[in-house]
Amino acid sequence: MAVNFPHSTSQPLLEVKDLCVSIPSYGRSVALIEHISFTLREREILGLVGESGSGKSVTATAIMGLLDTPGLKITGSVRFRGQELVGLSARKMRAIRGRDIAMIFQDPMTAFTPVYTVGWQIDEQIMAHERLSRKQARERTVQLLAEMGVPDPTRTANRYPHQLSGGLRQRAVIAMALSCNPTLLIADEPTTALDVTVQAQILELISTLRDTHGSSVLLITHDMGVVAETCDSVMVLYSGRIAETGLAEALFAHPRHPYTTALLNSIPPFYGERPHRLPAIAGTPPAPHERPAGCAFSPRCHDAQTICSTIPPLSPAGNGQQAACFFSTSGQQEH
Amino acid sequence: MLSAFLRRVGQTLIVLFGISVLVFLVFFATPGADPTARIAGRNASPQTMEKVRHEYGFDRPLPFQYATMMKKLFITRDLTSYANRGEQVVPEIIQAAPVTLSLVCGSAVIWLIVSVAMGTLAAAMKGSWVDRTLIMLGLVGISMPVFWLGQVANLISLSRYHDTWLFSWVPGPGYVPLTQNPLAWFKALVIPWCVLAVMFIGIYSRILRADLVALAQEDFMRTARAKGLSPARILVFHGLRTSAITYVSLFGLDFAQLLGGGALLTEVVFGLPGVGRLTYQALTNLDLPLIMATVMYSATFVVLANAVVDILYILLDPRVRDGR
Repeated sequence: MAVNFPHSTSQPLLEVKDLCVSIPSYGRSVALIEHISFTLREREILGLVGESGSGKSVTATAIMGLLDTPGLKITGSVRFRGQELVGLSARKMRAIRGRDIAMIFQDPMTAFTPVYTVGWQIDEQIMAHERLSRKQARERTVQLLAEMGVPDPTRTANRYPHQLSGGLRQRAVIAMALSCNPTLLIADEPTTALDVTVQAQILELISTLRDTHGSSVLLITHDMGVVAETCDSVMVLYSGRIAETGLAEALFAHPRHPYTTALLNSIPPFYGERPHRLPAIAGTPPAPHERPAGCAFSPRCHDAQTICSTIPPLSPAGNGQQAACFFSTSGQQEH
Repeated sequence: MLSAFLRRVGQTLIVLFGISVLVFLVFFATPGADPTARIAGRNASPQTMEKVRHEYGFDRPLPFQYATMMKKLFITRDLTSYANRGEQVVPEIIQAAPVTLSLVCGSAVIWLIVSVAMGTLAAAMKGSWVDRTLIMLGLVGISMPVFWLGQVANLISLSRYHDTWLFSWVPGPGYVPLTQNPLAWFKALVIPWCVLAVMFIGIYSRILRADLVALAQEDFMRTARAKGLSPARILVFHGLRTSAITYVSLFGLDFAQLLGGGALLTEVVFGLPGVGRLTYQALTNLDLPLIMATVMYSATFVVLANAVVDILYILLDPRVRDGR
């Protein structure tokens, strides 16, 4: 069931297997994400898609080892270049974090500490991982800012976060994330807080990173349009479980899971007449503690049958895709 | 930045002027009371009354009276207290000020260091027994009134256990100037310092802990963790540095009100002849010029401290610097 990625010759960089995160709540254990497995290869851009609360950010923060809620339980395996990250000591994880795996957060407005200059904060990350003087670190900071398309980088480095626009701030955030040449960049909804023109620029910037910095990107978003523009492959999450995975092109052409179909239907079509109202998915995703038995999407699914009250396994659905739906191979979701 | 600074200084001067007018009106222009009689004190002779009336210009219009009073306070500094054997008020305050300054500064150093250490430690170990113990200790500190704690400290160190090795060095109540004998100065003040600091340690460590715990949820703290920084660095450079903005503003106000005579109870309990005790004496004797002078003195400190806090704000918070 090896999925044929465009850079299939490259090595797997990140292998996530059966990752589960659960949190105790009123005496019982509630799963936030269940059995998440995927592989990210070098220079690949993987889109992680799903509605709010589908477990996208939990997956990302679990990989980064940033989940620290008391009582939280993480099982499964996250192998980064062959090294197991789950259960790694805090000290070793710190050395990886920021140097090998870096993260960009959703809101650039609040991502920087307000009392230090942007340059100072980028220097700080460089100096935390490499033996460089402040002057050398600053040189690299300015160079990075310039690469990210920040005008007048020397001056911008000496400015405080609140003095920069949202787009510039997000560029600075990305510069900071790239400051130690990470092999993996996790971008958690990097464009959600920005306006549309800036969004396009930032996405363009992220999709060029694999060529300029050789980085793989795990792009978390709830925007199918963003995925279509930037990602090689896609993983659709629903209520903490994988609904469907596959190459972006194949998945967009032939969605195998009704949830993916519904998500794609909610994008305005590129060609032809635009519908008066875009179809919405009725209902809301279930909260982790009230997830129904069986397929979590079944209450909102048009084609739900009695068999859907058992959990559908993630199974190959042709074209290198995998879907967690009993009807994925029958082709009835094709449009 | 300079214009923000100058604007703040200008505001300070205006506020100080306003306060002086207000204090003057309260004491000397209250209808139905003769300020002459009040300044001259109880059972003053008619000659004294006449002298006072002329000296303070109470037979002339209010603005003139105000100007006379300010001249006597700030320029000629010969405002005289008749209730208290004709002693001059301004030198009295100038004499008392170093005592209060010694008491409050020493205490502030203790409360600053201990509360920052306690608050940071509690926040770093949130939820553990260390955290809970520190919170409890802080609460105990807040709950003990300073006059009671002072008396207990006196009782233990000067009476009950004075003859033991632990407290035999404690001098009796009183004050020794720093310039005269630094060691004696320290010995006389170290217990008052601690007693005065206890309540503030309780309050400040709790505030700092709460602030740091709330900050831990901020996005920028998560960014700092994602950068791979050590927990200590995150707590100090990103947490404490940001909390300093809140902390400094509170600290400035408390420090100022203590300097202005707010340490009255501590000064009385430990027999320290500071501004607080002077105010206390003035109040018991109804010594009007002295009350007026101490109120002005105290107000000046609070206003000045506010200005200093605002200037520190400009230094601490770049967002304020841009006049936002």
